Amino acid sequence: MAVSLKPRPTVPGSQVLAYGAARGDVIVPNDDLIEPINSSDEWIQQRTGIITRTRASKDVGVKDLSLTAAKEAIEASGIELETLDAIIVSTISFPYPTPSLATLLAGELGRPDVIAYDISAACAGFAYGIGQADALVRTGAARHVLVIGAEKLSDFVDPTDRSISFLLGDGAGAAIVGPSDEPKIGPTVWGSDGENWDTIRMTNSLVNFRDGDGPWPTLEQDGRTVFRWAVWHTAKKIREMLEQSGLTVEDIDVFVPHQANMRIVDELAKQLKLPESVVIARDIAETGNTSAASIPLATHRLLAEGAATSGDVLVQFGFGAGLAYAGQVLILP
Amino acid sequence: MAHTENEILAGLAEIVNEETGVATEDVQLAKSFTDDLDIDSISMMTIVVNAEEKFDVRIPDEEVKNLATVGDAVKFIEGAQS
Repeated sequence: MAVSLKPRPTVPGSQVLAYGAARGDVIVPNDDLIEPINSSDEWIQQRTGIITRTRASKDVGVKDLSLTAAKEAIEASGIELETLDAIIVSTISFPYPTPSLATLLAGELGRPDVIAYDISAACAGFAYGIGQADALVRTGAARHVLVIGAEKLSDFVDPTDRSISFLLGDGAGAAIVGPSDEPKIGPTVWGSDGENWDTIRMTNSLVNFRDGDGPWPTLEQDGRTVFRWAVWHTAKKIREMLEQSGLTVEDIDVFVPHQANMRIVDELAKQLKLPESVVIARDIAETGNTSAASIPLATHRLLAEGAATSGDVLVQFGFGAGLAYAGQVLILP
Repeated sequence: MAHTENEILAGLAEIVNEETGVATEDVQLAKSFTDDLDIDSISMMTIVVNAEEKFDVRIPDEEVKNLATVGDAVKFIEGAQS
């Protein structure tokens, strides 16, 4: 029998309403990490722009960081908790493959019946989450969505690794996405490059580790390949994103690329020919590379310090393992 | 049209100068990128990508570590031209 399915009412646009942030409680200077990699403070600063990174104590988990960031975002947004319909968490370091961190947070936040799931898109994960939240809100599937990027990467570092471990920090950044009369989140530009699946990788699988075949899995990368891809491929995608949002580089107020490495941030700004007036996020200098958490942490800092303000046009773009990438243009709350 | 060795050297010197500030006349065939010109791996990748665009060649990532001297790079680019 032919039937006609009733669609949900849609809304014209979505917006980020507020941010929350939590950084690891331990400030780790370069000098604490240089011995096993036979390096120096100067070498690390010159190659990466990192002066310190924040890492979490043993008893502070990725869940704790997430809860702190989430509570701040919920409170700052002013939404009624019962209108929070979805929680999306991007993480690669929650130590349980299942159930998801999102469902754990749903219970802890007092909203145990919401849509809740984790995504694995590494450093692109927060922007993947914002892309999904935008779609959920605009299609009427959720009134408000909590998006979190959260990592305790210090559980997956090798102190002797010279490729990535010394860059990494711990933290969580959160955002509340809700409806808007006009779009304040532009079209998400996203994708991946499966042919380079192992360019940023784990050194071993958990199953091999269980069987005694190799070490505890830690992160490592092919730095040259990552640098080339992260700058030139990303710059191309950001230009596409601006075009899809109907903007040019002249319209940008704030630029928040994933905080992978200061040299990547600088080279991206150069390739994009950003005007001098654009505020560029450089949270990596003090926080390190926190993967999925880096974009919301950097944005939160710029807002807190007054370098970015409500109504500013922000360009965010995440890129990393996968090689997954995603980004949007946002109007700041 | 293929570039001559001298044209490649001159073009590469401009790219190196733009990225690092090293004077173009110091970019000579026998100079080592790391030891003589003090160019780190990240700057090297920027130079490689700019050279690819300028000379319309492809320099694979795994090849970059073999380019120890300016002469190595000039030779590779010369050979890679179609």
